[in-house]
Amino acid sequence: MTMKNKTNPGSVDQGASAADAAGPATERSALQRFLTVTIGPIVAAFLLSAIILMLVGINPLTYYGYILERSLFSGLGLEQTATRMAPLLFLCASLIIAFRAGIWNLGTDGQFLLGAVVAAATAPLLVGVLPGWAVLLVGFSLAAIVGAVWSIIPALLKAYQGVNEIITTLMMSFLGVLLASTLVKLVFRDPATTVPQTRTLPVADRLPRLFDTTISSGLIWGLVAVLLVHLMMTRTSFGLRLRMVGANPAAATHAGLSVPLLTLATFGLSAGFAGLSGASEILGVAGNVRANWNPAYGLMVIPLVFLARFHGVGAIVLVFFYSALLIGSESAARRLGVPQDFTLVLVASLLICLGLGEYIDHHKRKKER
Amino acid sequence: MALATETPTNLSPQKGTGIIGVHGVTKRFPGVIAVNNVSLSIHPGEVHVLLGENGAGKSTLVGMLAGLQEPDEGYLTLEGQKTRLASPSASLDAGISTVFQHSMLVPTLTVFENLTLGAPWYERPPRAAITQRMEELKRDFALSLPLDAITGELSLGQQQQIEIARALLRDSKVLILDEATSMLTPQGAEELGARMQKLVQGGLAVIFITHKLAEAYRFGTRISVLKQGALAGEMGPEDLRGMSEDQAVDEIVRLMFGREAGAASAELRASTARAETVLKVTDLSTRGDSNVMGLQNISLDLKAGEILGVAGIDGNGQKQLAEALAGQRALAGGRVEIDGEDISLASVAQRRRKGLRYLTDDRLSEGSVGAFPISENTVLKDIGQPPFWTNGIERPHRIAQHARDLIAKFSVRTPSETTPIGRLSGGNIQKVLLGRELSGDARVVVFNKPTYGLDLQNIDTSRQRIAEIASRGLGVVLISTDLDELMALSDRIAVMEGGRVRGILRNDGSGEVLRLRIGRMMAGEEEQKQATA
Repeated sequence: MTMKNKTNPGSVDQGASAADAAGPATERSALQRFLTVTIGPIVAAFLLSAIILMLVGINPLTYYGYILERSLFSGLGLEQTATRMAPLLFLCASLIIAFRAGIWNLGTDGQFLLGAVVAAATAPLLVGVLPGWAVLLVGFSLAAIVGAVWSIIPALLKAYQGVNEIITTLMMSFLGVLLASTLVKLVFRDPATTVPQTRTLPVADRLPRLFDTTISSGLIWGLVAVLLVHLMMTRTSFGLRLRMVGANPAAATHAGLSVPLLTLATFGLSAGFAGLSGASEILGVAGNVRANWNPAYGLMVIPLVFLARFHGVGAIVLVFFYSALLIGSESAARRLGVPQDFTLVLVASLLICLGLGEYIDHHKRKKER
Repeated sequence: MALATETPTNLSPQKGTGIIGVHGVTKRFPGVIAVNNVSLSIHPGEVHVLLGENGAGKSTLVGMLAGLQEPDEGYLTLEGQKTRLASPSASLDAGISTVFQHSMLVPTLTVFENLTLGAPWYERPPRAAITQRMEELKRDFALSLPLDAITGELSLGQQQQIEIARALLRDSKVLILDEATSMLTPQGAEELGARMQKLVQGGLAVIFITHKLAEAYRFGTRISVLKQGALAGEMGPEDLRGMSEDQAVDEIVRLMFGREAGAASAELRASTARAETVLKVTDLSTRGDSNVMGLQNISLDLKAGEILGVAGIDGNGQKQLAEALAGQRALAGGRVEIDGEDISLASVAQRRRKGLRYLTDDRLSEGSVGAFPISENTVLKDIGQPPFWTNGIERPHRIAQHARDLIAKFSVRTPSETTPIGRLSGGNIQKVLLGRELSGDARVVVFNKPTYGLDLQNIDTSRQRIAEIASRGLGVVLISTDLDELMALSDRIAVMEGGRVRGILRNDGSGEVLRLRIGRMMAGEEEQKQATA
């Protein structure tokens, strides 16, 4: 099948929806597939990491126990996990739009940081001038606009010249990260501090917390964003237009769609959500941007969105576990004297095993045809 | 070089066994027989022309000689010995060099580097020897190449010379030129013709593939005509010598486009044309570039209930015409009217709403989105339109119902409407697309090669449907490369060649006479004849 060979994120989706629609009669049972692509790889990844842990002389069960205890079974840990999800969810929304429409937006880090910096620069200044909700609204809106603006060059090049957006968005991302840091140091610097950082939004003026917990309500907005995007892409005519451009631009042209305009819309929406993600981190949790701060969430989320097969609910579940892993392993590493970076080993083996699971599944399905 | 020093006299072509023999070769691809029981023999000292339309099997035959494909049945011989060309290098070792239609040179390397590509890696390229041999080639064959020029900066004609020089440097015995003149200017083609004559005088065998009739006569010593994978006829040097160009072209046209003996003559459809004109095209032109042929001054009109056939060898602007009518290709000039209303500037969607429908020939990569279910594919041209969407929100049940109706009405064979359309056979995809184009209020349907690649039964059904559409009073533009189809269905036949309409002929049932006349026009020969007559 030629579509499988295209370097087009939409092609993965095609494989997925082809499999979904075929029904159980022609495919292996859903349970078997679930084992191959999800449970099996996760177990394999934890075993692999366990071996590495044993090699460095750490009891893997203790390590995994700490992770669970810290991230899921302690109230505070669970709250931290939930809070960490917010920016990741906005990024999922951003990437679901892009990937379903066949666009590789790899520049979310730059869009995220510029959105964050703009939100951090404006919101503290508006406190007292505008009511609290309006401050947040302005912060979020500006972040979305700035994120979208940062994608204009790759968008125009892709839409009208066919320039590969993988390269242009990545390049713009590097520029965006550096520009954000420069803006913090030179333009938006808080004169009251010695370390270069923006003015800080007082805790009271940040996104409200949920009930009596420390969970930022950014979580709710993130969930809403992912679900809305999912519905938009699967249930509306606009979403179908975007998906059609992603799946087969020639067919889209044939059906009378304007491929360049829809490409521009995809970039704008995707980058806008990346900007919102930055704002949610600042206006919900951090309150300011320090110079050289770059959590690089964007690249982290890409594999999750792929593994969820661009499905909103799947992405939410994966983001939850991923956040838990991040929060839990930080603490486990500290308590056991394992280097902090071991988290990355665990995450990396997880991604490799999940990727292998997909590969095996793909081959088995091919054989069945 | 050894070959150049031999005199032409001791190279008289022997009868029977040539340097390469092709014996009863058949090659099948899924759904098609590309080459069907073809036997040829290639002689040194001859320019052997393989002539045929696109899809006649020329390229597959070349592929087998070049070692890219192996025959399913039959075998090849080299100087009388049965042989297998299992890989391109086996073919090269056997002394067969192929110059493909699209350059196989590395554009960023110099001419010298390209000439020495493929030599053993441990040897230093013998610069002095190559320079000396290039001098000989220049003297013998007028191949003049700047060795240190960057290949990509040279003209296409010069790039072709590099490939020929590369073949000669390898001491090839057979040189295959695949559609070698298609990229050249008329003057460049003449030069190539003269060069081929020199090469065969030097003792080489040249296989020259083309679909241009005049070239075949002028450059060829022997002509083999392929038609739908089979050898339709051969004209040896003796035959050709006795004919004038006109006679030869007539004979070739008969071989290429004539009805094979035994095939039943299709019944001519009774015309259902009405008085009112539904589609009027005046002086339509589009811009072309190096890859896409432009259209020039096309004028057509179509009555309701009429089928206007568009004949032509594939790639002579038919697709561009269809796209220009559908609104997918911008006009450089001219007017398109539907029911008297100017739609020259209307978008694809606007034209569709006015009743203009276009059934593309590219069912898989343009007509449908393979991974989307059939149901979505049936409404891809109506995205956002009621009743399938209300306020932009999809109504999956209405779409599914619509798809089920279409599946029933057009007897699409599929497990359900949720099956991805890419899983269906070509004929069933075609039915879905036809159903999509006919839904709503259609006035004019443009069919582009509607039966191409279908099996016999589906071809019959499709043709019946087209006739039925016309009898309902819709105007039909039927683009096809199948003359039988056009002659069975059309009221009139417009013949396209080189992006122009060469003439519009009434399908008066004169059968063979009309067929040959169309054949000549398709080959671009008619005008010359008229000029001389």
